[in-house]
Amino acid sequence: MKAARQETTITTEERLQEPANLSVREWKNKIFKGIFTAAAGFSLLMLIVLILRIFTQGIGYLDWNLITSFASRNPSDAGILAAFVGTIWLMAVTAPISFILGVGTAIYLEEYANKNRFTSLIQTNISNLAGVPSVVFGLLGLTLFVRELAMGRSIIAGALTMSLLILPIIVVASQEAIRSVPTNLKEASYAMGATNWQTIYRVVLPAALPGILTGNILALSRAIGETAPLIMIGALTYIAFLPENLLSQFTVMPIQIFNWTSRPQEEFHLVAAAGIIVLLAMLLLMNSIAVWIRNKFQRRF
Amino acid sequence: MMADHSNTPIHKMIEEKASKKGMANVTETLMPKFFLVCAIISILTTIGIVFTLVFETFTFFQDVSVVEFITSPDWYPMFQDPDFGIRPLLLGTFTIAFIAMCLAIPVGLASAIYLSEYASDKTRRTVKPVLEVLAGIPTIVYGFFALTFITPLLQTFIPGLAIYNALSPGIVMGIMIIPMVASLSEDAMSAVPQSMRQGAFALGATRLEVSLKVVLPAALSGVIASFVLAISRAVGETMIVTVAGGANPTADLDITSSMQTMTAYIVQMSLGDAGFGTTVYYSIYAVGMTLFIFTLAMNIIAHVISNRFREEY
Amino acid sequence: MLASKDNNTQAEEVYEPNTARPADSVYKVDQLNLWYGQDQALKNIELEIPEQQVTAIIGPSGCGKSTFIKTLNRLTEMIPSVKTTGGIYYRNQDIFDKKYKVELLRTKVGMVFQNPNPFPKSIYENIVYGPKIHGIKDKKVLDEIVESSLKGAALWDEVKDDLKKNAFGLSGGQQQRLCIARCLAVEPDVLLMDEPTSALDPISTLKIEELVQDLKKNYSIIIVTHNMQQAGRISDNTAFFLNGEVVEYDRTDKIFSSPDDKRTEDYISGRFG
Ligand SMILES: Nc1ncnc2c1ncn2[C@@H]1O[C@H](COP(=O)(O)OP(=O)(O)O)[C@@H](O)[C@H]1O
Ligand SMILES: [Mg+2]
Repeated sequence: MKAARQETTITTEERLQEPANLSVREWKNKIFKGIFTAAAGFSLLMLIVLILRIFTQGIGYLDWNLITSFASRNPSDAGILAAFVGTIWLMAVTAPISFILGVGTAIYLEEYANKNRFTSLIQTNISNLAGVPSVVFGLLGLTLFVRELAMGRSIIAGALTMSLLILPIIVVASQEAIRSVPTNLKEASYAMGATNWQTIYRVVLPAALPGILTGNILALSRAIGETAPLIMIGALTYIAFLPENLLSQFTVMPIQIFNWTSRPQEEFHLVAAAGIIVLLAMLLLMNSIAVWIRNKFQRRF
Repeated sequence: MMADHSNTPIHKMIEEKASKKGMANVTETLMPKFFLVCAIISILTTIGIVFTLVFETFTFFQDVSVVEFITSPDWYPMFQDPDFGIRPLLLGTFTIAFIAMCLAIPVGLASAIYLSEYASDKTRRTVKPVLEVLAGIPTIVYGFFALTFITPLLQTFIPGLAIYNALSPGIVMGIMIIPMVASLSEDAMSAVPQSMRQGAFALGATRLEVSLKVVLPAALSGVIASFVLAISRAVGETMIVTVAGGANPTADLDITSSMQTMTAYIVQMSLGDAGFGTTVYYSIYAVGMTLFIFTLAMNIIAHVISNRFREEY
Repeated sequence: MLASKDNNTQAEEVYEPNTARPADSVYKVDQLNLWYGQDQALKNIELEIPEQQVTAIIGPSGCGKSTFIKTLNRLTEMIPSVKTTGGIYYRNQDIFDKKYKVELLRTKVGMVFQNPNPFPKSIYENIVYGPKIHGIKDKKVLDEIVESSLKGAALWDEVKDDLKKNAFGLSGGQQQRLCIARCLAVEPDVLLMDEPTSALDPISTLKIEELVQDLKKNYSIIIVTHNMQQAGRISDNTAFFLNGEVVEYDRTDKIFSSPDDKRTEDYISGRFG
């Protein structure tokens, strides 16, 4: 700042001349702009390389057979049926549990809680939970759900673990959605003689729903790709049957992919790549739905 | 025009309903309690994590002394005469995290400067979704990418590179973490008031000078907080290192050969090597506890740093 | 309209006048003080608000008009930092009494806000919001309520074919009348209006002013206004607020022709505010 101030006291003649170092400084600016742009471009490049690579590896194994077959010793017969169905089961159970817990917590924090130390404890706790590594959630699930509550290596144990894992994401997203509902709508409801819950149920939640749903879908798409915590709770790496109920053993797509990746045979890597394509396609679908909801119900107030 | 209900005006009907509103009142008192329970579950989760780790780690320390855990140079849990020194796992964890940071911090920060100071609105709107997509790719996919693409690629330059090594998962982890550094740093830099930039531009500073000498220093604590969070994320990352880093807990600082991280050890053991109730079984909790303490500490540090930053404006 | 008239005769029966108070006052405000944290926004307010008249509240911006009108239906409670002392009696009942049900008060006392705030729902759903939350589910009754409320707010002819359309599609003036209709749907006793026309164009303003004149036959109306001509045109009584205090409260013609207080005169004649 001091150096800059001196510049302002130069004489008119000097002012008419370009400062001696200006062109150097401009060059520097240009070079660095190139560097910064390249850095931002690097991510794009990596994304393209990653996707292209996986497609070229996996496309040969990507057929209907992949989805309709169980895993196999023979790469060309191997499919992801059990894992695919397991993932769907796991998501179907995780979604309602995490939705109720997450949105419930958000409603409590935004609409009922007083500003006291207990409330800020919950809030701090949630932001800390968001930073806990997923394997640690796996340890919790293994001890609490699989062993102590004797659920075994079941879908319900996996779903509960996953629900707790994505809970912070859902709470934060739902809180934001609820907070963005204008106060004047709530005032209108209260002024009509509505109670707290009536106002929340009839005004706040409908208005916040698009944001809440978007947050939930994004959180689920995080859960769908999680591998480590499910390995921890003992989801199987090879099964040739489909889960039947909440207590069934199961596997999921990331675990199946992990299993194939860990094999030494090159062919299994290609099957893994095909599995990744299916997984990425599911993620793409979920994210598109989230974006669609966000755009369709763009804030109208 | 006179309505049917003229005999019983609406306000009468409402009063009648109000007098027998038992059910609604129950909902009214139950709902907040239910939501409170939901909120308490998040606290119970933390308590559950801490309790689980502490309790099982305690069991572990009945077989293995704390001193050995901290000071022994070796980690050979499956040996006849096992060694449980956490040091090799810590070394593996932080070496790979360091490699990741060597990539993620410069590239992430440079991307953040680009997004916050150079890019037009339109570019920003295309680059940010790319970063989001990159951040949303499951880690197992990155692990696969490291093992089947980056490692062979690196082997063409580094002939001695083992199939399982520290370098490749480190680099890929770096790629994975770039979006995190970029978006958190960009948030911090975008929060710097426009007037500060204008002041510097008015004095004839180039955009580079404004970025590096005005914006970056002003956003420094937010930027540093993003680095700390990124390290914490790298330390807790599991699948990339499990897939591509191998399972050799070594204290050698040789990044061209296999190193094991804390997370990779936990996964390896739970894949079936450890029988329930054995010392090895409990060792995963001791390692998990160590991991939890490190990541929690870093998250708290990041929190403290970025809170200080908020006070500045 | 007819239904509302009916409401009026009913009201006489429902609210048996307490012998201690004159029957013709809806609100009696007694030594009311209100603080936002440390800042006192209302100071020792003493007012009695007569039934079936329009009472205007005027005063410069920030003098506590909105705060005052929101304490009348206890909407100020939404702000955690608010502290209140003194009493407000609605139909001789202490509204701050622990046993007094605030939902009941707010059903009896409708409110229209400065900026129209319809719910992001259909016109129909906006109107039936009040009846529904109070337990009226019969579709036929609801249909009738929608029609009579919209007629009461002089909006029926404009929207009768678009009842399923989103209320956000209406113009600002129509939205404000929809908000009035939403209040009328529960047949309240009192209507509170906080600068209902300040966000509207002159034609919509005129419509609402006419409506207020019309509604006064059946409702007691308290209207905050920034606009002195408006207060003069539509109100029977006027209270002049300044810095959280009532400077003067009297018949509107008296306030506007020969105010007792110098400050009122200055404000009326446009010397400040
Ligand atoms: N939510 C609030 N928190 C703190 N102070 C407030 C709040 N609302 C209003 N005030 C203060 O109370 C005073 C009266 O405000 P208000 O009733 O809105 O005035 P008016 O409606 O006459 O313009 C003002 O000084 C204002 O700053
Ligand atoms: Mg106001």
